[in-house]
Amino acid sequence: MGSKSPCLTGYLPESSGLYLHVPFCRSKCPYCDFYSVTSMKEAREWVHCLKREAECYRGFFQTFDTLYLGGGTPSLLNRAQLSEIFSLLHASFTFVPSPEISLEANPDDITQEKLAVCRELGINRISLGVQSFREGELRFLGRRHTAAGAERALEKIRGAGFDNVSVDLMYGLPGQSMSQWLFSLKRALDFQPEHLSCYELTVEEGTAMGRLKAQNRLKLPDEETGRRFFLTTSRFLEKRGYIHYEISNFARSEALISRHNSKYWKHVDYLGIGPGAHSFFQGKRWWNVRSLQHYRALMSQGKLPLEGEECLTEDQLLLETLYFGFRTKRGINLRLLEGDPHMESCAAELEESGLALRRDGRLIPTRRGFLLADSLPLRMVR
Amino acid sequence: MKFRRMQRIRNFSIIAHIDHGKSTLADRMIQHVHMVTEREFRDQMLDTMDIERERGITIKSQTISLRFPARDGKEYDLNLIDTPGHVDFSYEVSRALASCEGVLLLVDASQGVQAQTLANLYAAMEQDLVIIPVINKIDLPSADLDMVREQIETELGLDSDDAILCSAKEGIGIGDVFEAIISKIPPPNGNEKGELAALIFDANYDPYRGTIVSCRVFDGAVKPGDVIRFMHNQATYKVEEVGVFRLRREPRKQLATGEVGYIISGVKTVSDTRVGDTITLDNRPAATPLPGFKEAKPVVFSSIYPITSEDYLSLAEALAKFKLNDASLEFQKDSSAALGQGFRCGFLGLLHLEIVQMRLEREYDQSIIMTVPSVQYRFNLEDDSEVVVDNPQYYPDQQKIKTALEPFIRASIIIPERYMGAVMKLCMERRASNPRMSYPTPGRIEVTLDMPLAEVIYDFYDRLKTVTQGYGSFDYEVTEYRVSDLVKLDFLVNGEKVDALSMIVHKERAREWGVHVCDRLRDEIPRHQFKVAIQGAIGGKVISRSTVSAFRKDVTAKCYGGDISRKRKLLEKQKKGKLRMKMVGSVEIPQSAFVSVLRTNEE
Repeated sequence: MGSKSPCLTGYLPESSGLYLHVPFCRSKCPYCDFYSVTSMKEAREWVHCLKREAECYRGFFQTFDTLYLGGGTPSLLNRAQLSEIFSLLHASFTFVPSPEISLEANPDDITQEKLAVCRELGINRISLGVQSFREGELRFLGRRHTAAGAERALEKIRGAGFDNVSVDLMYGLPGQSMSQWLFSLKRALDFQPEHLSCYELTVEEGTAMGRLKAQNRLKLPDEETGRRFFLTTSRFLEKRGYIHYEISNFARSEALISRHNSKYWKHVDYLGIGPGAHSFFQGKRWWNVRSLQHYRALMSQGKLPLEGEECLTEDQLLLETLYFGFRTKRGINLRLLEGDPHMESCAAELEESGLALRRDGRLIPTRRGFLLADSLPLRMVR
Repeated sequence: MKFRRMQRIRNFSIIAHIDHGKSTLADRMIQHVHMVTEREFRDQMLDTMDIERERGITIKSQTISLRFPARDGKEYDLNLIDTPGHVDFSYEVSRALASCEGVLLLVDASQGVQAQTLANLYAAMEQDLVIIPVINKIDLPSADLDMVREQIETELGLDSDDAILCSAKEGIGIGDVFEAIISKIPPPNGNEKGELAALIFDANYDPYRGTIVSCRVFDGAVKPGDVIRFMHNQATYKVEEVGVFRLRREPRKQLATGEVGYIISGVKTVSDTRVGDTITLDNRPAATPLPGFKEAKPVVFSSIYPITSEDYLSLAEALAKFKLNDASLEFQKDSSAALGQGFRCGFLGLLHLEIVQMRLEREYDQSIIMTVPSVQYRFNLEDDSEVVVDNPQYYPDQQKIKTALEPFIRASIIIPERYMGAVMKLCMERRASNPRMSYPTPGRIEVTLDMPLAEVIYDFYDRLKTVTQGYGSFDYEVTEYRVSDLVKLDFLVNGEKVDALSMIVHKERAREWGVHVCDRLRDEIPRHQFKVAIQGAIGGKVISRSTVSAFRKDVTAKCYGGDISRKRKLLEKQKKGKLRMKMVGSVEIPQSAFVSVLRTNEE
């Protein structure tokens, strides 16, 4: 089936990624649309279900070279819970010798003890949800930590010897000025993070901010402001040695690019377990129900907790490949466009208008191309 | 014996304002005589086209013959002749009614008499038909029988004691409706021994049998083997089959005087027949055709283009097939610099145009663009020649035009008095003149005006409905050509003329149109990665303009495992939308833009 697709075979064989969704948060942030609940009381049951879900996939994927604990707030988990999870994962899955293991963390949860547990378990990458170093912005974003708390957390992480740290920041907040944004960005750079994710605030339907927006009570920056933020951020960080390797992601070197996240953008196989997690395997994608209760109910009936699945057609694979290509510095393998006069002439047009360039047999989006990443795939396909 | 046969036939139609339950009543009557099992029953059986179901209007009429055992112990054949419900098809309505002896005039028990009720009443009165008022929806809590009865007396001038009460939805009073049809509507009469005279009131295309002609036999009879003659063009055909319409066609030995049914006779396309024509026998023809024949002529013209030029042949095929079943559609080849190869088509009116467009898209799976509709203009040139132009592309050189003429209509509008001011204002905006008033019933006015046809083909009927809250009825007749001051208005997108948007307009209305279309296009053309300038121009002179600003950023911040499918689905949707775009230079113009320019700002 899909395994023969040129969209799937454009890469060297690569191990799979494993994602684990931790659906717990102490409080809900008003912009976030990832699935989570604010009570930990079902955590035990959840771990139990994870074990069974993992067992279902035993032997399905060969080896994993990344593990990503995302959420929700994985840093809420205590030593016992984390240990149990790691042992259940090791019981069902095979990992390569030195996998990339990431944990998403809230600055408030960072303690020396927790960091020690992480190291013991093999977690070697911490992604810290800082969002801003300005108190007003943190309050607007509904974050429970303070700017000082984030700084202390970063110091502790460094102190515990983590050498792959990512900081999440947000820009494009209502009323935010460029200098206010650069203040947070510079503050983050003081800690020389190996990786930065800088997200433009996106208001999703079904979130608290989405409701505010629907009532016209949220004034977001206009397109031109958003554009200036994006370009400034990119230039600012590239000048300081970061690679702008994906729309919202920056790494200090090729080696520090998030191995796990890159799999999403290369159609490399990945398995997601836990409520709301998505999986992809050789052209097929499936995803779990977005409700802890429902997830548990299905598991207890001996069913996989699936909400939906799809088998990508060649057209769909191509569309996604183009989409990923225009969002990443990897770009698009020019071989994919060969023989299609429309796509070839489009590529030439993009080059001419400075939205992409050809390098090493690939069509690479420029910074301005990144800005139009959502519409460029549509220009290519007919 | 023969006499008794005709005594047991009733030919009737149901007429009503839209939504007063015409189709529901028809369905209930079919059910009442047990022609269908419950399983077969679909609501509104007679409206078979999707578009009809959606819009709740009947476009193509259908006929059905119901066999009803009456209380007197005898079986009757009741022929229900359905009528289309729009001003574009008023001629078809008149032919269907001409085939009846009586009508059921349906009035909604809570809404009472409405504009179309009245217009339909007049149409039936013109044919001298027996009119049976039927008050429907009496089960509604809001039903007000006293009010409706009074309206029937005062506004329709009918005896409200004759009114039958029913609820088609609930199946109440259906038996009374049947009995009234039998007791009040006279049986047909005609000369059974006379020469054949059958009125064509409809024609449908069947891929296996060719054209199925629906007709009412007034005199004589017709049977398989007869050679029939269409009196308007003298074409002759040999009859293969005759029969009546049950739920399906049911062959008979003959169609006799007074009967309603079909004739199959090797007529290839529906266009070979004309609604209103008389069928007679070749070897024993009637002396004169039945009265009232009129050839339906297209009055609105528009070009149809495929979205992508590769689809031209497929469009040609679809139109040819379409024409098999729609004699009123006319088309010929056309071409445009902006849109490529296409067809210039003639329609009976704007609704007819919309229906053709929708059916081509849905039933024939065509992605099409239709250009701004036009009427047929005449130009007397300096060299004393005359040209007829229905396509702005062929607008003559302005310098060489001596006089320009445009078609005028006599518009007849019936409204409750209170809307008089609003309607007059609307008409004056549309260059109407010479209003004449008459008072058909107390409280109602019939206004007759002279108007340019071009002014009503856009959205006049819709606007009339709006300003009269649905109470206005409208009918028109093309009367003459009058001298007029015309110009050709062009539109440019980033400096490139989009010939498909050009229009011929009255000079005084040019600026208004220019501004309107520029505004519409600004709303319809999506933002590009560059600025798009839109201009309206007469000759080389720009009279209106608007701009679509460029977009320079559309990227989404996050794209992780859970975002991909959702995003791709969005892209797929946009890609589908893009298929409906037409490239003009480097600007993508959505198909909807070509149609949107016709809509008014009020919507």
